Amino acid sequence: MTAAPDKAFSVGTVSARSKLIAAILVTAYALVAVIPLVWILATGFKSPPDSISYPPKVLFQPTLEGYVNLFTSRTRQTPEYIKSLGPPKTWYDELARKRNMVISGPSRFKDRYLNSVIIGFGSTFLAVFLGTLAAYGFSRFKVPLKDDLLFFILSTRMMPPIAVAIPIFLMYREIGLSDTALGMILLYTAVNVSLSVWLLKGFVDEIPKEYEEAALVDGYSRLQAFVKTVLPQMRSGIAATSIFCLIFAWNEYAFALLLTSGQAQTAPPFIPTIIGEGGLDWPAVGAGTTLFLLPIVIFTVLLRNQLLRGITFGAVRK
Amino acid sequence: MSSSVSSPDKPRTVTGKVFALSDRAIAWLFISPTILLLLAINIFPLVWTIYLSFTNYRANQPGRAIRWVGTRNYERLLGNEDIWGYLQATAHFVLWTMLLQVVIGFGLALLINRNFKGASFWTTVILIPMMLSPAVVGVFWTYIYQPQTGIFSYIVNFFADVGPLDMIGSVDLAPWSIIIVDTWMWTPYIMLLCLAGLRSIPDYLYEAAEIDRANAWQKFFYITLPRVMPFLMLAVLFRGIENFKMFDMVVELTSGGPGSTTEVASINLKREAFEKWRTGYSSAFAIILFVTVFGLSNIYVKALNKVKQ
Repeated sequence: MTAAPDKAFSVGTVSARSKLIAAILVTAYALVAVIPLVWILATGFKSPPDSISYPPKVLFQPTLEGYVNLFTSRTRQTPEYIKSLGPPKTWYDELARKRNMVISGPSRFKDRYLNSVIIGFGSTFLAVFLGTLAAYGFSRFKVPLKDDLLFFILSTRMMPPIAVAIPIFLMYREIGLSDTALGMILLYTAVNVSLSVWLLKGFVDEIPKEYEEAALVDGYSRLQAFVKTVLPQMRSGIAATSIFCLIFAWNEYAFALLLTSGQAQTAPPFIPTIIGEGGLDWPAVGAGTTLFLLPIVIFTVLLRNQLLRGITFGAVRK
Repeated sequence: MSSSVSSPDKPRTVTGKVFALSDRAIAWLFISPTILLLLAINIFPLVWTIYLSFTNYRANQPGRAIRWVGTRNYERLLGNEDIWGYLQATAHFVLWTMLLQVVIGFGLALLINRNFKGASFWTTVILIPMMLSPAVVGVFWTYIYQPQTGIFSYIVNFFADVGPLDMIGSVDLAPWSIIIVDTWMWTPYIMLLCLAGLRSIPDYLYEAAEIDRANAWQKFFYITLPRVMPFLMLAVLFRGIENFKMFDMVVELTSGGPGSTTEVASINLKREAFEKWRTGYSSAFAIILFVTVFGLSNIYVKALNKVKQ
């Protein structure tokens, strides 16, 4: 199902009036759809009382309290005790003390975020590395049962994650991979490799075979021809595939919730627990959510022209 | 690609000799790591799950002897009325989200395809929600849904005076709370695929219809719809499977409540496997779900191929 190039718009003549109506309706939808995102961004900069006022506050005095609460753990103290400490040393100490709190140390948010980065990049690298090799193999060589193997690779995605988590939980417990970054990297690699093979195979298929054949005639071996002629042309495909794999690993929740706890926990299962820590601390949730979602929003904008391909496993190319 | 391409050229350099593997060897060298990884982390666990589904194993009591119980887990599951309730909740969720998303997504695609100024900018804005983490989306929608202070209840009350809306806590509204969030998140997906379908229609079809004096409805039903259909069905296949497995967002929004109104299949599976630790029983449930997804998508793919022809 290969779509025609971008320029081939199917509607020959569109009147100015119908264009205007379309513009108004689409803009209205986009504005409504973006309200929840703007709202959570704004909540990160509210004070806790402002975040639960009614009617909801659109205009408010911005504060970094949410971000301070996100990155620190605090203890409640009496005003007398706080006075006895002397003047606050930093701006964030000062913010905490206004609410009768004393900062007792960093929170676990930074570690969880770092775990997300390590596991995300680790699994993306492995999945794209394996996927590049397999995609080239499937695209260029006669492989027995090729279609069956490709379908098998795709079908591993049809299992509900909880169903996969049961035996993985038992297996990891036996071999000591429970709650380790390595265990999560291997698991996410296995999930992502199906996407990576299917997407990258589409990219390799688009590279004309003539380049390699010319290299082979010049005396290069097959492996050298792959490294010197195919790989450089796959660059943009590899970049797009990497971002899709990274987004999956970054967003994944079910496995992380069930298979990690103290050590290797990533941000998605951690963010909901912020609500509990400070008793409905919505600004901290807003801050954590903002920091977590921001990279994805940026990647989405960068990837907008490859999106269609990524979300359909390469079935639809634009 | 036959072997005749590689056989005539002999490696001329030393490195050439090192790299001179036959095509066959390279094919297997390149493909086998992926297959091995999937065998270890997908197929071996699947076989293990099938085995466990015939036992009374409990993962929180690893020392206990595993006893073969035959098909008892499956009999219990199929005889359990609650299971049908969970499957019904899942079907309700899948059907409504697909219906709403197809209608809104297709409509948006038709509008965007009129190609007004700024269309590509607004398209990108609309696409953002579908790339976000469903679990984190669930968390911040609980804030938006707060009955007393949330902005959702406020906006609804701005237009209709219905009082505080307890979207998550009320039995009638809770299923809709997840349907709304899922529709917000995934309508762009259907839209994007419909748009690809619309852009694949060549102009001359419409020009020919114009000469035949077809009206707008005829053009839509005889040209647009049949051409977009394969794309639309592909989108519904992908989203249908994902929503059948839906877990993340529902856990964070309602965690199956109130009562078991929104207890979709995956939520119940998690409860049985990781809270009650009935590993054997939940393995059987997992197998039933997998077979269902697999069967439904196979039927659907057959229908899709018919439409394509």
